[in-house]
Amino acid sequence: MLQNLRHLISPDDLTVEETMQLLELAGRIKDAPSAYSDVCRGKKLATLFYEPSTRTRLSFETAMINLGGNIIGFSDAASSSAAKGETVSDTIKIISIFADIIAIRHPKEGAALVASLNSTVPVINAGDGGHQHPTQTLTDLNTIYSLKGRLDHLKIGFCGDLKFGRTVHSLIDALVRYPGNEFALISPDELRVPGYIKNEVLTRSGHSYTEVDKLENVIGDLDILYMTRVQRERFFNEEDYIRLKDRYILDAAKMKLAGEQMLVLHPLPRVNEIAVEVDKDPRAVYFKQVEYGVYARMALILKLLELA
Amino acid sequence: MLNISGLNDGIVLDHIQAGMSAELAKHLGLDKLDCQVATIRNCRSNKMGKKDIIKIEGGLDVVNLDVLGYFDHNITINIIHNGVITEKRSLKLPKKLVNVIKCKNPRCITTVEPSLPHIFFLTDEATQTYRCQYCEEPANK
Repeated sequence: MLQNLRHLISPDDLTVEETMQLLELAGRIKDAPSAYSDVCRGKKLATLFYEPSTRTRLSFETAMINLGGNIIGFSDAASSSAAKGETVSDTIKIISIFADIIAIRHPKEGAALVASLNSTVPVINAGDGGHQHPTQTLTDLNTIYSLKGRLDHLKIGFCGDLKFGRTVHSLIDALVRYPGNEFALISPDELRVPGYIKNEVLTRSGHSYTEVDKLENVIGDLDILYMTRVQRERFFNEEDYIRLKDRYILDAAKMKLAGEQMLVLHPLPRVNEIAVEVDKDPRAVYFKQVEYGVYARMALILKLLELA
Repeated sequence: MLNISGLNDGIVLDHIQAGMSAELAKHLGLDKLDCQVATIRNCRSNKMGKKDIIKIEGGLDVVNLDVLGYFDHNITINIIHNGVITEKRSLKLPKKLVNVIKCKNPRCITTVEPSLPHIFFLTDEATQTYRCQYCEEPANK
């Protein structure tokens, strides 16, 4: 029985101190994985994926296996009782009897919160529609912290779909909690960061930001470039998607304009917004980011299960 | 001057923005009450120019104060006992609304799980912004 039932639904559910403790733990796991290979023996993680997501689900499952635990769950709604009309609330009441911890992905915004309100075990939001994806944020923070050694006084550029990109919203939310960060928001007019994030997150926290159309205009000033995919599934209109999807493509020529220490992150999957030629550039860390995601999720599972 | 008979025991919702009483009555579900309700529109008001008033026979428990506070927190509630005003209450913006308004975001979990209560929290008092507990979309009045 856990002393303090905690969930991770939004990045804000962790204080800055807790986030830093998690990142330190993730670093220790990376340095000595064998020390953690049996700490979750006998524990079960349920991965409830109501919509497909290869990477996030496998990252969670790898994290639990690396910790010596076991996995149950489903990878799409059609193979779950949701296909028969069962509510998220009911499903969670049942799964929390079987599992010690739950990771849920659902296409509807707020589904993970509903899950947490009905669970007797920790619930991790593995993405709820276009809303929150806090373990992607932890992954991003872990990558930046591990490779830059800090999360403050950074110049961070977000490029691409800043309107529907939940990873962007969550990461901005997380990074405004650290002093001195500056943001460059690079997107076409149609895919700008929503007003409430500019007003209620960036402005209110006193961080400066600029909105620009051209990546070339700011890339030379950045410590971090966070690229995103224009997501077909977020558009109601196929024409709009086709018009906007190729607007920003990061290639070797643009990388020449960037500083030597700049890092390129991407939540993946990539479509064509980063040319394959960039992959061999040492500043391209989006595949390393996947590895940092596993360590972050391992640390999170240990924290929520009160094993660290 | 139009003469409306006095209220012996009940409440008077005063300083309603002129023209808003019908919508407010709908949100308060006044048509479903068993007691008498009088709606007076376009009353002359020194403070507001014109205002609406709703008189309701019965106690304070017949109206949802959260609904009132959300739709117009400038309304004054006069509590009448034995024909005289015994108390005047002003309203505050409620911090939380439960099943007062519905989330209109088509991507919200409430659209597919109708048994969920619609819960909104006041997130910005200055702009009177309420956000859905689940999807965090702002409510539109």
